[in-house]
Amino acid sequence: MKNLKMKKEFKVIADLLPNNTRVLDIGCGDGSLMHLLKIEKNIEVRGLELSQDNVQECIYKGLPVIQGNAETELHQFPDKSFDYVVLSQTLQAFYEPEKVLKNLLRVGKSVIISIPNFGYWKVRTKLLLFGEMPVTKTLPNTWYNTPNLHMCTIKDLFNFCDEKNIIIKKVVGVNENKTSLIKKSNLEIKNLFSKVGIFLIS
Amino acid sequence: MPSLAGLFFWMNIKLENIKKLNVTKPLKLDCGKTIKDFPLAYETYGKLNDNKDNAILVFHALTGDQFVTGTNPITNKEGWWITAVGPGKAIDTNKYFVICANVIGGCMGSLGPRDINPETKKPYGLDFPVITIKDMVRAQESLLEHLGIKKLLCATGGSMGGMQLLQFCATFPDKAFSAVPIACSSSHSAQNIALNELARQAIMADPVWENGKYVLKNVQPKNGLAVARMVGHISYLSEKGMQEKFGRKLQEKADYEFSFNADFQVESYLRHQGYAFVERFDANSVLYITRAMDYFDLSKQFKGGLVEAFKNQKTKFLIISFSSDWLYTTKDNKDIVIALNASGADVSYSEIITEKGHDSFLLEEPEFLKTLKGFIDSMYEKFKNEKRI
Repeated sequence: MKNLKMKKEFKVIADLLPNNTRVLDIGCGDGSLMHLLKIEKNIEVRGLELSQDNVQECIYKGLPVIQGNAETELHQFPDKSFDYVVLSQTLQAFYEPEKVLKNLLRVGKSVIISIPNFGYWKVRTKLLLFGEMPVTKTLPNTWYNTPNLHMCTIKDLFNFCDEKNIIIKKVVGVNENKTSLIKKSNLEIKNLFSKVGIFLIS
Repeated sequence: MPSLAGLFFWMNIKLENIKKLNVTKPLKLDCGKTIKDFPLAYETYGKLNDNKDNAILVFHALTGDQFVTGTNPITNKEGWWITAVGPGKAIDTNKYFVICANVIGGCMGSLGPRDINPETKKPYGLDFPVITIKDMVRAQESLLEHLGIKKLLCATGGSMGGMQLLQFCATFPDKAFSAVPIACSSSHSAQNIALNELARQAIMADPVWENGKYVLKNVQPKNGLAVARMVGHISYLSEKGMQEKFGRKLQEKADYEFSFNADFQVESYLRHQGYAFVERFDANSVLYITRAMDYFDLSKQFKGGLVEAFKNQKTKFLIISFSSDWLYTTKDNKDIVIALNASGADVSYSEIITEKGHDSFLLEEPEFLKTLKGFIDSMYEKFKNEKRI
């Protein structure tokens, strides 16, 4: 899944992170983002990854990675032990996203989450006009084999943060190579035209 | 087959010809006694390069020795870690300089209970001081000094070797650039102690043992020692692994013999392992080394617990566990990872999925060996760069 992800997303995440910080990448895949952050921003990176192959890949690259599941194993990281925790496109795949999110905010001083936006217009029309569960580039799986259990839209996550008193510092919408800042004022329109939403929260 | 007394005589002759360092610096042991001018037997493989940045220290397990790879000159069998160490292997001796020392308390040339007590001029037997994992590790520091190595590229070891390694990192936080503890634990559990006690009781119940005085007669309580080894072998395999390997298969016979001979293959295997062991190991050494393992509790040494033990740790760690290892479980290994994380150390962790149990680290286990190789090679590049800066 990680390989299909747009490089653009990683660039946006990298831009959000200051140099010389300590970052935990949850679901770090083959370590592409960690490598980028280390080389370009001298960031002290750590990864958490479920798949054995990906863990091996990270180790080959000399990137520190812990094999484990974020759903059950975030407890091993002490409070505020990282400046930033990054969760790229996996929030929707957890059994209890709310609990995971709470844990991320405990471990990191700030958290960056990206989500595939279920509010994207192509996703909406697929369901509205054809009456079928949407399959797109960002959501490549069909209903019966998707790992995504809790799909949400940029607006949903926005509202969720508001409700739970989570501070939203910045939201960036990504559509192919274009990025745009999302605020409350343009939320409706950006929710329609962004494929991916990237949230910086604390 | 030569008599056991003859065998020991022959082994002692051979032990004369192995590499030994005479450690002159007195070593105050945890038990309060001091040893000095003692032999530390070791072996090296590969070549130390001019920058002295390619040295890897291997710590051996309970029944291991310094002969990691190639042919063990004493037993004429393959080195115990030939799967991982050697030319072109995961720990490539064409590239790296590999060092391994026999632990004190052992019986492959380092000071142990079979040696002559200078005070009585007789073999120590149970007069040998009780040693700890920390004593073993501190004894090996002199070897690094002797070889002129200030900082190791990596230190590694499985099982008790992993325990020595954790102790090494806690005692000497800046002596290894990287470390790979494999299938180990930061303290012995009740079950671990119980299994070791079973092994010790088997030896002590052998009438030949005679309170450890058998050494004076140049004999060996081989029945007890063989049972001790069998206990170990059961704990090194997983239930499923054992079932797959032996099941209820009979040993070269069509049906039950209605006797107590080794009808089942698993019985025959245990007997073979047990009695092969008595030819190369000393019963009192088993007592001393298992005791050292039982006493091992890294968090007890540091008042703040395990996190405190790894404070200010600069070493880069890779912890490896095996899914079917019930002797030193994934949880035992993960606790080390958690402590390292809590202390802010640089740590990686991988659980290898296998049915081969605790023994996995000694076997041809491709995923494990690939991970080990990937880590050490990447650490070498980093270490070289760091040294250049």
